[in-house]
Amino acid sequence: MEVPILKQGPYLIASIQSALSDNDMVRLRDALVEQVGRFRSRGVIVDVTALDVMDSFATRTLRDLGRMIRLRGADTVIVGIQPEVAYTMVQLGLTLEDIATALDLEEGLALLERKTTAPGNETSSRGR
Amino acid sequence: MRRAPVDAERQQLHSTTSLGLASARNRERVLEETCIPIQSDGDIVGARQNGRGLAVQLGFSPSDLTLIATAISELARNILLYAKRGKIILKLVEQGETRGIIVTAHDKGPGIPDISRALEAGFSTSRSLGLGLPGVRRLMDEFEIVSDVGLGTIVTVKKWAK
Repeated sequence: MEVPILKQGPYLIASIQSALSDNDMVRLRDALVEQVGRFRSRGVIVDVTALDVMDSFATRTLRDLGRMIRLRGADTVIVGIQPEVAYTMVQLGLTLEDIATALDLEEGLALLERKTTAPGNETSSRGR
Repeated sequence: MRRAPVDAERQQLHSTTSLGLASARNRERVLEETCIPIQSDGDIVGARQNGRGLAVQLGFSPSDLTLIATAISELARNILLYAKRGKIILKLVEQGETRGIIVTAHDKGPGIPDISRALEAGFSTSRSLGLGLPGVRRLMDEFEIVSDVGLGTIVTVKKWAK
């Protein structure tokens, strides 16, 4: 299952459309890490709204994705974690640790906007 | 190493869980049963979608359906990681007034030499997060494991519809 990656200005947006196997998830990670360089992107959004399960492997792969992209000089925001998925992750003790999350695509873009225009101010509150 | 005490403990875990399974079998009426072979990472997705599809018939809440699907995902991945292949058996059962789903993960892999250690949070012999079995145990209502070194592992978990 190929995940479409859209280029929108300085950002890449990957919208997961359906359940992904472990290999699909790893392919998505590698594709984004590569394309961030090819398109000189400053931020990446991964939309996981369509994922009904985020188990230990998916969580770890998304966390690795965010860290690899940071090493390439760009920011990552994971958006769209569903309430039941969030509940299960908490029960399992799974966390994305230092990787930013946002409610949906719109919030994710706003967050990237703030992160990439105000370097060194990444942990500031969602001033709105 | 405290080899002897650990072995004794394992024996005990093994025998009590076997007895527990045998007595439970007499009381549960199986409504539906599916067996899913696990031998590639695509099978993990298939198993959890199948499980969700079955469980939804029992009126589980959306949160419970996600817990069940995630537990199946972790169990199926354990099979691939440690035993390369095996199977997941999904059963819808009725026990008196309550209905539930029983998920059994079978493999003929190397077995777990130290079950109590494998059930400690944070312990893992593989490259996973070390949340495998303790995590699955937290997600479900009942958890049983039988493992013999060299013969394989059977993990049985149950979730009852409230």
